[in-house]
Amino acid sequence: MTAAERLGVAGQRPEGLLVLADGEVFEGYLAGAPPRGGTATGELVFNTVLSGYQEVVTDPSYAGQVVAFTYPHIGNYGTTPEDDESRRPFCRGVVVRELAGRPSSWRSHEALEAFLVRHGVPAITGVDTRRLTRHVRDEGAMGCAFGSSSEADLRAAARAEPGTTGRDLVSEVTTDRVYERGSGPLRLVVYDFGAKETMLRLAEAFATVTVVPAGFAADDALSLDPDGILLSNGPGDPAALEAQSATVSDLVGKVPVLGICLGHQLLAQALGATTYKLPFGHHGGNHPVRRIDTGAVEITSQNHNYAVDPASLTRASQLAGPLGVEVTHVNLNDGVVEGIRARSARALGLQYHPEAGPGPHDARYVFAELEAMMSAGRS
Amino acid sequence: MPRRDDIESILVIGSGPIVIGQACEFDYSGTQACRVLRSEGYRVVLANSNPATIMTDPGLADRTYVEPLDVEVLAAVIERERPDALLATLGGQTALNLAVGLYDAGVLDAFGVQLIGASVEAIHTAEDRDKFKAAMGEIGLEVPASGFAHSLEEAMDAGEEIGFPIMVRPSFILGGAGTGTARDRDALARIAAEGLAASPVHQVLVERSIAGWKEFELEVMRDGADNCVVVCSIENLDPMGVHTGDSITVAPAQTLSDPEYQAMRDDAFACIRRVGVETGGSNIQFAVDPAGGRRMVIEMNPRVSRSSALASKATGFPIAKIAARLAVGYRLDEVVNDITGATPASFEPTIDYVVTKIPRWAFEKLPGAPENLGTRMQSVGEVMAIGRTFPESLQKALRSLEQGRAGLNADRAEEAYSSMDTSELVRLAAEPAPERVFALEAAIRRGVSVEELVEVSGVDPWFLDQIAIVAAERGRLEELASSGAGPEDLGTRAWRELKRLGFSDAQLAWLFRCGEERVRAARRAAGVRPTYKTVDTCGAEFEAHTPYHYSTYEDEDEVEPSGRERVVILGSGPNRIGQGIEFDYCCVHASLALKEAGYETVMVNCNPETVSTDYDTSDRLYFEPLTVESVQDILEAETMASRGAGRVAGVIVTLGGQTPLKLANAIPAAMLVGTPAASIDLAEDRERWSELCRELGIEQPPGASVSTVDEALEAAASVGYPVLVRPSYVLGGRAMEIVYDDARLREVVRDLDRALRREGGVSADRPVLVDRFVEDAIEVDVDAVRDEGGEVLIAGIMEHVEEAGVHSGDSACALPPQTLGAGVVAELETHTRAIAEALGVVGLVNVQFAVRDSHVYVLEANPRASRTVPFVAKATGVPVAMVAARVMLGASLRDLREEGLVRPASGGGHVSVKEAVLPFARFPGIDTLLGPEMRSTGEVMGIAGSFGLAFAKSQIAAGNRLPDRGTVFFSVADRDKEAGLQVARSFRDLGFTIAATSGTAAYLEANGIAVETLVAKVGEPGAPGAVDLIASGKVQLVVNTPRGRGPRADGAHIRSAALANQVPCLTTLPAARAAAAGIADWRNHALEVRSLQEYHLQPQPQPESGSQAQPESGSQPQPQSGSQAQPEVRLGGAPGGGTPA
Repeated sequence: MTAAERLGVAGQRPEGLLVLADGEVFEGYLAGAPPRGGTATGELVFNTVLSGYQEVVTDPSYAGQVVAFTYPHIGNYGTTPEDDESRRPFCRGVVVRELAGRPSSWRSHEALEAFLVRHGVPAITGVDTRRLTRHVRDEGAMGCAFGSSSEADLRAAARAEPGTTGRDLVSEVTTDRVYERGSGPLRLVVYDFGAKETMLRLAEAFATVTVVPAGFAADDALSLDPDGILLSNGPGDPAALEAQSATVSDLVGKVPVLGICLGHQLLAQALGATTYKLPFGHHGGNHPVRRIDTGAVEITSQNHNYAVDPASLTRASQLAGPLGVEVTHVNLNDGVVEGIRARSARALGLQYHPEAGPGPHDARYVFAELEAMMSAGRS
Repeated sequence: MPRRDDIESILVIGSGPIVIGQACEFDYSGTQACRVLRSEGYRVVLANSNPATIMTDPGLADRTYVEPLDVEVLAAVIERERPDALLATLGGQTALNLAVGLYDAGVLDAFGVQLIGASVEAIHTAEDRDKFKAAMGEIGLEVPASGFAHSLEEAMDAGEEIGFPIMVRPSFILGGAGTGTARDRDALARIAAEGLAASPVHQVLVERSIAGWKEFELEVMRDGADNCVVVCSIENLDPMGVHTGDSITVAPAQTLSDPEYQAMRDDAFACIRRVGVETGGSNIQFAVDPAGGRRMVIEMNPRVSRSSALASKATGFPIAKIAARLAVGYRLDEVVNDITGATPASFEPTIDYVVTKIPRWAFEKLPGAPENLGTRMQSVGEVMAIGRTFPESLQKALRSLEQGRAGLNADRAEEAYSSMDTSELVRLAAEPAPERVFALEAAIRRGVSVEELVEVSGVDPWFLDQIAIVAAERGRLEELASSGAGPEDLGTRAWRELKRLGFSDAQLAWLFRCGEERVRAARRAAGVRPTYKTVDTCGAEFEAHTPYHYSTYEDEDEVEPSGRERVVILGSGPNRIGQGIEFDYCCVHASLALKEAGYETVMVNCNPETVSTDYDTSDRLYFEPLTVESVQDILEAETMASRGAGRVAGVIVTLGGQTPLKLANAIPAAMLVGTPAASIDLAEDRERWSELCRELGIEQPPGASVSTVDEALEAAASVGYPVLVRPSYVLGGRAMEIVYDDARLREVVRDLDRALRREGGVSADRPVLVDRFVEDAIEVDVDAVRDEGGEVLIAGIMEHVEEAGVHSGDSACALPPQTLGAGVVAELETHTRAIAEALGVVGLVNVQFAVRDSHVYVLEANPRASRTVPFVAKATGVPVAMVAARVMLGASLRDLREEGLVRPASGGGHVSVKEAVLPFARFPGIDTLLGPEMRSTGEVMGIAGSFGLAFAKSQIAAGNRLPDRGTVFFSVADRDKEAGLQVARSFRDLGFTIAATSGTAAYLEANGIAVETLVAKVGEPGAPGAVDLIASGKVQLVVNTPRGRGPRADGAHIRSAALANQVPCLTTLPAARAAAAGIADWRNHALEVRSLQEYHLQPQPQPESGSQAQPESGSQPQPQSGSQAQPEVRLGGAPGGGTPA
């Protein structure tokens, strides 16, 4: 390397490439943990949040995925254990335009890069993430590979990347044991398909929470005598989770249920609806959602690649009893179904993240609704 | 909730003249509001006194009242127009205060006018600090410990209780006027007294200062269904203690973790709901303790603000436009996001770049004002820059300021820091001042630790670390350069990393010690060009349909190919004294006219306050610095984007003031349209210009260009004193002075040499001009347009009220001229035509003349748009700037007449007066005397049937309401005594009593004018002193002309007392004479308001023939209404020109 080539802060790092399954190549510099064998792979998705990178990186729903941040400066305020959404990051890698060197926040315990290294998450910085976003927006989510390997090797790895369709990624992230949290007056069973910490924390405010693994049998859950069931968020394709759908079918109608994100999709499937994959998903903190009963608009936190097919809901509605399944929330950007309710079955599903970690708090009332449903069921 | 159908017509109030704290951002917001409301089918009635605004274009409203923004005047407008609703949240603090005034006066109730946007209750809750504090307490938000005071005693008591340091903020004020931080009792007493005087309700908040905390702002919108969104978060680089208008600010917030940000967002919504802003935008400021995150609400503005203009430009989310829709009933989700065309406005923009705003100050214009920044806003303009990273946007913003800086140091000016020792650098870095950011970089480069700088400056370590990254990169490059490498040795990646950090070619040239051209050539050879990305509100999640671009160094360029003919218009950069909104007006008009004519228009500018940087104005917008590098890059990008018959048909540099003009030589000659660059140079080149005037037989005051003190003395000896001394290539009269003797001339030339040192000092290439100053002359401005075929349209002839010697930008002027005879007017026109022809002008030309005793001298010609163009357009109804733009692209005036764009000026029935608005109230202690140095920040216009009424209106509009009765205090120079006598007589005849200083009094009494109060001069015993008299409130008007022929500073204590006590003070006799005329007319005539549409769009009684847009002024009888040609109304003495002896 000549002296001139050493110019540039990013130039102090090893060069690397990011290659998409369709052959698009992006130059950058490697950061974070060195990828195993020089190659990190995953399905590439972009996230548009301006703050909350740590919550995104530690959100288990990103299992199997490489997250590209559209905001260029990532890592500015460091990381703190308080903002972890799970026990460790599950995403396969992080793509940024500029990774902060020195973080600044009274809350910070560790710089983001050190955090990524500690957790073995590879990253690539200096990438034209806007070009990447536009490409994914136009061409759809796809496999990617990045690292120090040759372009040809990376391309092959990107092509070989299976993506999320039809894959069960939940088993990678779910808890392997049953555990209890909080000591609220109500009893809530949380199916951990990749549950986020903020969700559990909000539930603890009113319930004693029992977190159970994704494969926990419905009867076992009911035997805990819960006042309600929370079906958590989680990664991947809901259609691949037939066993979990069946479990949810066994629970619905017996006890109040709130499904969030993947949990919502599983609830919809249990009610007879089907899901489909969006071109590039919703990943960000600024999506407008209309709450149909009041007409109010909520700015929501979103992270999903799959959504409930509205046509299939009609069929589901016929199966769900006299009050049917209604759409309660809709995305104003693209009309995607964001919430459903089966009134007779006392079940709610929300495609977006009312717990909002990260993101706006506009939809936190949903937890009050859950509490109300649970209290009503008890009396 | 769809559009409200119970309302048919809406009154929109603008913000009046450009003043510090309230600039053209409200033209941007008001223009958007008018467009929206009209497109919704409402009848829009607009009131604004500022003629330089786009919003006062007659096409933007159904009725446009260019009338003083005053409760009485607006009541007359309301009575005449009977609007159903009043929208006051888009016209700044001025409009909001007027809405409250109209409500309090019972006008809104009497005429059944509904206030839409924010209620009076909401305005009071937000603006009255007592109520605000209580309201925030109710919703559990913390505000700094404070107390209110309505008197000095109360302020001192509250201060004792709260403890020092203490911040004093007056209630209901704008831009922090009268605000300050006190560290002890004495300072508190002084600042509280000032604050009580500044507050219209005589109330100040005395609060515990939290200087040093981090400062944030959220721009929030709320609709009638209670949906709230945050449009943009902003973080100030300067911590609390510096007014946000004077801070470097960055969007989005950089150092808030998501839980902190979301909590702040929750607070902001709670705040807007509690205050009760029903619909529209609000700006909420927070302070955050860097040590533990404790958060306090500092203030909220229940209206669109300067920050919302910035937020709109920073995100692409047009707050004012949407606020206007919400005010008439729409919900956010019923409004479409223009940029995506597919998604609703009920979302929160996300951005994938960093925006930096830097204020522009004008301390060089205001000698005596300290250059420290504080809680009182002092900047006169601002720039914004967009980059993918903070270093890139910061460096782009710094060069956008046009203050000779190429970025964050690495240029000639950094040598000032090289010679300082480290402790001096750290001291500079600690003080909030315009230069601080440069000192921070220099200190870091010197090896001072980020920790130490955080400690002394309070600037967040993240920002300092980013500055350190720039410094480190520079260090690596210097090491490379010192090893003998040149720019040709840089590889593509190295180039890209340097450019990504925002280094300009000019900075790299400085570091490589070579020319910028060589850097540019090397960069091109390496294949490194900027890519243009798009501002799209959504981080590229959706396709954008609005070509709003910024440059950066990435892989992909988003400029769409075009098969059309494009015209690139270079804008005027940051507002500053001497170059303000008038030039933006011209650029916007060019864009509109050329779009209409079928061209695709491309705007380049870096001022976030303006209409020109609204993505709706032009077909394409480049938000970029106006530098050689960025303009050349844009022209290259536009050329590369041409397809088929598409091409860059022209680049316009003559409408944006000096900023684009200075770039003319960097643009391929074939691309420049309008007056050739050579002619522009000729007009600026002293020798050649004089020669041209000689050839044309047009007399000039004699003069010479000199480059040494001796040459200056020689020149003065040959032309005779007094002389006007100024540097060549001036803007807004920078550093001009009238000199009366050798001693002062020596000082002035030396000062100029020192002042110009940064640019290389005075030399034969950059000479100083020494001209005979024609005393007691009437100054006249002529604006004209010449087409390629040689036809000249005389667009407007303006006679100045103040005599020659007062900068034309600071002088009031009348159109048509009031005292010039037909012969003089004809001569002015002939000269203007001859000059336009000789210079080969294609487009606008402005010629300044001095007329003394019917003798016409030409002072200078500027073959470009002048400051007066919008005034002329508003006065005559002829869209002069549009005409000029079309002519530049080849249309003839004849074509444009046929098209209807050029039409006969409306005239005969009215007189228009333009008055300058001065920023003195912001800068206690500076002399308010007018001179050749321009100091006004804005202008207002008065239109009426007579000169006197028009002048009186202009004074009300400028905030100098003339008194109706009382005492006029005269203190005039000996040479003005005779003229002063006439004026004093007029005031006496109007029933005023007279006070005067001894000399003046003796003269007046000797001539039969009774002087009721004798005033002592400074140092004279006995009689009351002038300062005490003014402070006692016994004087309603001061007439004070400077004494003697020395430096014109005598009498400063009188002027500063008048300023401090808000007593109108006139410093020239022509202005005093005009004031007397105005008071007389005002008294004899009921207040009449009339819209521009009525002045200009009514059928003309007698269409004029030919290209004479200008009425045959001077040769016509005075207009009928308002005045029966009262002789005393005439300016400057006897009809036929001339000056009282």
